[in-house]
Amino acid sequence: MKRRDTLKAISLTGFGLAVTPVEAAVPAPPTPKPLKIPGGRQKFEAERDAKLMGEKFFTPHELQTVTVLSDIIIPADAKSGSASQAGVPAFIEFMMKDQPGNQTPMRGGLRWIDNTSKRLFGNDFVACTKAQQIELVDQIAYPKLAKTGMTQGASFFSMMRNLTASGFYTSKMGIEDIGYVGNVPNQWNGVPNDVLKQYGLAYEEREIAGYE
Amino acid sequence: MFIGQDELEAVKVSPVLLCIVYYVSNQISLLFTYSFMNSFHLNHAPTEYDVVIVGSGAGGGMAAYTLAKAGAKVLLLEAGGYFDPADPKYITQLKWPYESPRRGAGTTRAFGDFDAAWGGWDIEGEPYTTVKGTEFHWFRSRMLGGRTNHWGRISLRFAPDDFRRKSMTGVGEDWPIGYNDISPFYDRVDKLIGVFGSKEGMESEPDGYFLPPPKPRLHELMIRKGARSIGVPVIPSRLSILTKAINDERGACFYCNQCGRACQAYADFSSSSVLVKPALKTGNVTLVNGAMVREVTTDPATGLATGVNYIDKATMDDVKIKAKVVMLAASTGETARLLLNSKSSRFPQGLANSSGVVGKYINDSTGASRSAFIPALMDRKRYNEDGVGGMHVFTPWWLDNKKLDFPRGYHIEYWGGMGMPAYGFGWGVEAMNGMIAARDGSMKAGGGYGAGLKDDFRRFYGAYVGMAGRGEPVPLESNYCEIDPSVVDKYGIPVLRFNYKWGDYEIRQAKHMQDTFEEIIHSMGGIALGSKPDASNNYGLAEPGKIIHEVGTVRMGNDPKNSVLNKFQQAHDVKNLFVVDAAAFPSQGDKNVTWTILAASMRTSEYLFDQVKKKNI
Repeated sequence: MKRRDTLKAISLTGFGLAVTPVEAAVPAPPTPKPLKIPGGRQKFEAERDAKLMGEKFFTPHELQTVTVLSDIIIPADAKSGSASQAGVPAFIEFMMKDQPGNQTPMRGGLRWIDNTSKRLFGNDFVACTKAQQIELVDQIAYPKLAKTGMTQGASFFSMMRNLTASGFYTSKMGIEDIGYVGNVPNQWNGVPNDVLKQYGLAYEEREIAGYE
Repeated sequence: MFIGQDELEAVKVSPVLLCIVYYVSNQISLLFTYSFMNSFHLNHAPTEYDVVIVGSGAGGGMAAYTLAKAGAKVLLLEAGGYFDPADPKYITQLKWPYESPRRGAGTTRAFGDFDAAWGGWDIEGEPYTTVKGTEFHWFRSRMLGGRTNHWGRISLRFAPDDFRRKSMTGVGEDWPIGYNDISPFYDRVDKLIGVFGSKEGMESEPDGYFLPPPKPRLHELMIRKGARSIGVPVIPSRLSILTKAINDERGACFYCNQCGRACQAYADFSSSSVLVKPALKTGNVTLVNGAMVREVTTDPATGLATGVNYIDKATMDDVKIKAKVVMLAASTGETARLLLNSKSSRFPQGLANSSGVVGKYINDSTGASRSAFIPALMDRKRYNEDGVGGMHVFTPWWLDNKKLDFPRGYHIEYWGGMGMPAYGFGWGVEAMNGMIAARDGSMKAGGGYGAGLKDDFRRFYGAYVGMAGRGEPVPLESNYCEIDPSVVDKYGIPVLRFNYKWGDYEIRQAKHMQDTFEEIIHSMGGIALGSKPDASNNYGLAEPGKIIHEVGTVRMGNDPKNSVLNKFQQAHDVKNLFVVDAAAFPSQGDKNVTWTILAASMRTSEYLFDQVKKKNI
């Protein structure tokens, strides 16, 4: 008999059924829905992830702006797709909830972009022409060159670039683009010969012959 | 979920063993469960164990293994949950970053979603405090096997001089034993667990029984060439990873670079996979998970230990265990905490603490690091260079401290190469790509976007290296942990308060590390990243506790006035009480201490058995 069952049996036979006034004053919480814990996660982590997934941070307008910016940072090219095609906006949304310290710099930065594009072009950033968007981005994409009045935007753009790069290159598409070919069982036999030759390097005798 | 007070009362009338039956995980071999259940039904389950061991990390795992093999009836208490890296329930190995919504970021685990450490520097409901103006960060893994599930597998022997630094330098403390006392146990640990390395014949880095080391990766060949050109040695690393299978229970390494996630083939050493599981198979070990031990109990008449009391984390029951011998392996911090919390009229300063030394001399490794960009590695050919989990080469301490302004050495660890992208990939590129000429030779401002940025990421991938020093500190009486007079954890157990400050020796050592790092980086044509740490930030010396190598709170020695344990790690004051974790170590060398914990725990366990045979205990 498992201990849980023993306890149940004990309480049913007279130890635990009485509801005292103290207990009655605190209603029992609703039974939580059973949660499937994914492999490799602790229960509290799975619960936390599920809760965060159920929340929304970005407004539709904010999400649209994030999508446009991330695709400016990582556009599609001959080798791979764009940030949004790799699911970067959803990753950024999750990171806002997962690490709430991101929220104000992100929300404020998105508002800064709109404030500035309205001042320059009379429109929210996403409603501007592609040329106007790039004109603004050029003023905040190079932190050391950012002029007074643009430095806050440069900080925000660096944050966007960091999140976009991390989100893209940790996606399946990004991993293929960057050319990481590991994470599979294999036998490591050393640096390929052509690479050794390219760099003018060689293994030592004992590394080639094998250790005793 | 907490059960009501009425039920708690009810449990007290039921045999303690009921709790244990439930918590013995269903992972444990059927045979064991069967015999145990049988004994329960027959009502002659042991009410007194031969040995209760607190903690299932390197020290506790080895003690359980050694004692169970010798036939002792052992109760192994672990504060955390059950863990088996071969069970899909727990596997993170070979997962991709996109299988984590945060791409492996360290939000709920300090080393990221895939790391095999449950816990970290901050655990909900289990606080600790620090004295104002001092700092200490206390990393705890609450799981079977403890911190051995995610550690770096760096398995170094202490050298003869590491046991006698005080005699050599006038500061610190000597050990009550020397290399010859422990080397037979290092030999046996090498053969039992497996470690790769190379015979180098260095007095300061004793050789062992080694499996073949993996060949260096490209960046490691470059580091070796550069470092050697300036007189810094680089040799194959020594990690407890099976480059060849050594028995039928464990597989060989398949080179995924993810030992930190714990290995489903058991091809690296973790106490849970390599020691606790075989110990359970003997049928002599009862494992209880979720057991937060709060006190070692003693007989007021004899002063001998009688067992422990623990809080069952799932039910909050207070459970009393009787044992003939108590072995503590709860970690340097927890073992000291447990002794200090085990006060009685006979032991008013805490158990085994007539010297007042318990908690004192806590010391963590020094640590400082630097990373670099290696232009020669841009636009590399892609191939799988994952290798083992960690470095294939390292730099052992190579200088004479007599000629330096600090008395202890350090070794250097290296990383780099074409690793699996994770959260943080590409971060801070604006500080990088302004320094590197584009393909057409032109320079541009740092930052950017679009196709050019994408090209930068491709060109820079795999062109970074890093290095970190791990050094020996001088243990100080003024660095200590004690019981906080006003704070308890969620189990009602008084918590530790730390008081730790680095000394000048450690800061000077970190300065030396930084100078060396730059020399190595320049020797290989690299660009050191960030600004060089200086006096304003202690030369990048990591805050105490951040390297997670703390030792020394319950140190052994020959003089009961300034040590807690004798040379067999047996309490001077309580002869049936032993400490088999790194709390017992007077110092830590510039060697990661796990191999010494294992050897010393095996030695102490065999001493205990011998003492029992001789009827001294």
